[in-house]
Amino acid sequence: MAIERVGEIRGTALPVRGDDIDTDRIIPARFLKAISFEGLEAHLFEDDRRELDAARPDSHPVSNPIYAGAALMIVNANFGCGSSREHAPQAIRRRGIRAVIGQSFSEIFFGNAVVLGMPCVTVTKETAEALMALVENDPRTEVAIDLGSMRLTAGGASYAIALPAAAREAFMDGSWDATGLLLENFDEVRAVAARLPYANRFAG
Amino acid sequence: MGKTLLQKVWDLHKVRTLPTGSTQLFIGLHLIHEVTTPQAFDALRQRGWRVARPDRTFATVDHIVPTRERQRPFLDVMAEDMIASLERNCRDFGIPLYDIGDDRQGIVHVIGPELGLTQPGMTIACGDSHTSTHGAFGAVAFGIGTSQVRDVLASQCIAIEPLKVRRIRVVGRLPRGVYAKDVILEIIRGLGVKGGAGFAYEFGGSAIDRMSMDERMTICNMSIEGGARVGYVNPDETTFAYMRGRQFAPQGDAFERATAWWRSLASDRDARYDDVVEIAASEIQPNVTWGINPGQSVAVDEKLPANADTEALAFMGFVAGQTVKGTRIDVAFVGSCTNARLSDLREAARVVRGHHVAPHVKALVVPGSQAVREAAEREGLDRLFLDAGFEWRGAGCSMCLAMNPDRLEGREICASSSNRNFKGRQGSPTGRTLLMSPAMVAAAAIAGEVVDVREFVGAEVLVGH
Repeated sequence: MAIERVGEIRGTALPVRGDDIDTDRIIPARFLKAISFEGLEAHLFEDDRRELDAARPDSHPVSNPIYAGAALMIVNANFGCGSSREHAPQAIRRRGIRAVIGQSFSEIFFGNAVVLGMPCVTVTKETAEALMALVENDPRTEVAIDLGSMRLTAGGASYAIALPAAAREAFMDGSWDATGLLLENFDEVRAVAARLPYANRFAG
Repeated sequence: MGKTLLQKVWDLHKVRTLPTGSTQLFIGLHLIHEVTTPQAFDALRQRGWRVARPDRTFATVDHIVPTRERQRPFLDVMAEDMIASLERNCRDFGIPLYDIGDDRQGIVHVIGPELGLTQPGMTIACGDSHTSTHGAFGAVAFGIGTSQVRDVLASQCIAIEPLKVRRIRVVGRLPRGVYAKDVILEIIRGLGVKGGAGFAYEFGGSAIDRMSMDERMTICNMSIEGGARVGYVNPDETTFAYMRGRQFAPQGDAFERATAWWRSLASDRDARYDDVVEIAASEIQPNVTWGINPGQSVAVDEKLPANADTEALAFMGFVAGQTVKGTRIDVAFVGSCTNARLSDLREAARVVRGHHVAPHVKALVVPGSQAVREAAEREGLDRLFLDAGFEWRGAGCSMCLAMNPDRLEGREICASSSNRNFKGRQGSPTGRTLLMSPAMVAAAAIAGEVVDVREFVGAEVLVGH
């Protein structure tokens, strides 16, 4: 099992503006027609990019080479709503993004990102706006998040970040890939199943 | 202090608190399909793991299956690859599969209830966000990603955070021509597309109590569009009547014991809720979406708000102050896990009877399962739709998400009984979706434009509640 502690992530950041960006926009359904996740990053935001880039080349931040090496992504509210497709965080992770900073995330997206070891931390709307402005002004700006101190630093300023306690714990102790934990106590699992009437066909 | 159904079911299925503080929750029923599982099975193979409970795991094919040319191999090589992969995985790991050609095949959220696999009091997981549908039975059902599918396959458990409960009471009577779809669109508009984050939605009140299981499934199905991963209705006599005699439902004396247990799981009268919301059923109108998320809806003859989101308006080609009524459509789609059960097809058929699809409209009816298709054919609904100019298809997700040959072209506008109006959702990056009830879709197909179904057909045609 992967025991990789995720505590501090630093690098340049890619801003993707907009509330309620759904997973169909992050990775359109036609790219789910595959039996592996490999190569998904090539289609990250494909239709959004096509729409924006048609007006002016590279105008979508994901297309824009100035953000090519980004390790973090900055988003607005309710990011990743809609479909439960893990392909969405997979495509983002495979693009080299190791953490997402946003005002809020859909629950399923958030959970899918946790099991990939990619924290989705929340900040206030003001902080999200300030960070986006900062990296849009200077894409070389280094952004760093620290799950130990729950602070984000960028452009000489420091901001508070938030993450639910269980997810933070999982990243810090390297147990974000929970399969190992779930497999280590199968007797207890059997005991739970044994007391569920439906699992025993409602035997009298 | 009493407990909610969510708390009771959660406590019964809780294995332990993980070191991180998450709950290890036992999953009573794991439903799988071809799109979100291949990588999960690969992971099992790489690590030499077995499927922990193949007897609690069931598979079908729905997302990528063609609804017209269903012979194998599929014309689409990638689709064929995916179905062949699921067949191999089910064979290797001993999982029952309701495959194409099986008369039990269909959309996973339609066949689970139909077969009696979905039961009150279960925890149900599936790699699909519309798993919330099964909550209509008083199950705790939620969508998961592929890595979590792997976890459930390997351990029959999941690591999950506890949820708060918001009770949504819909009280009074729905006007004629107003359906479950209109109720859930109203709820999502009121509470917002992210209003349900962190919550399970418990739907109750006299309007929900009067609803059939099909209608309750429509409501729970779209909980996720309001940000609530879980939506449920407390089990009652309507639930038990639906369960009786289903293939996987308990039989004989066991059914009576099951009913007593199911009844005990309903939320207590003095249960504490984290939030309570009340909605008057009589004030709900036939709703249609005008934007690019399911919260962007209005009553069909209501003017679009002055502060409507400009990105959504521009994408859809609407302007603030106009109504959606009168919008010319190109495609009409009756289908999806939201609205493709027998009662949905019947409601659409009542509107269609005696009319013909407008010449410029491509209209299709895609039953949610082969069992729905056959039941509809026994009632002659296939002939009625075909004679009226609709196409009559085999079961699958079809044009809800366009991972199959059914999709919009260019900027086409679709009147759709599905659940998502996201940009590009129906297969064309510039295609446009107007979500509405199946009766409203049928009326739009015939009129060639969005109409108020109540003005389009006589009141006697519309079902009252």
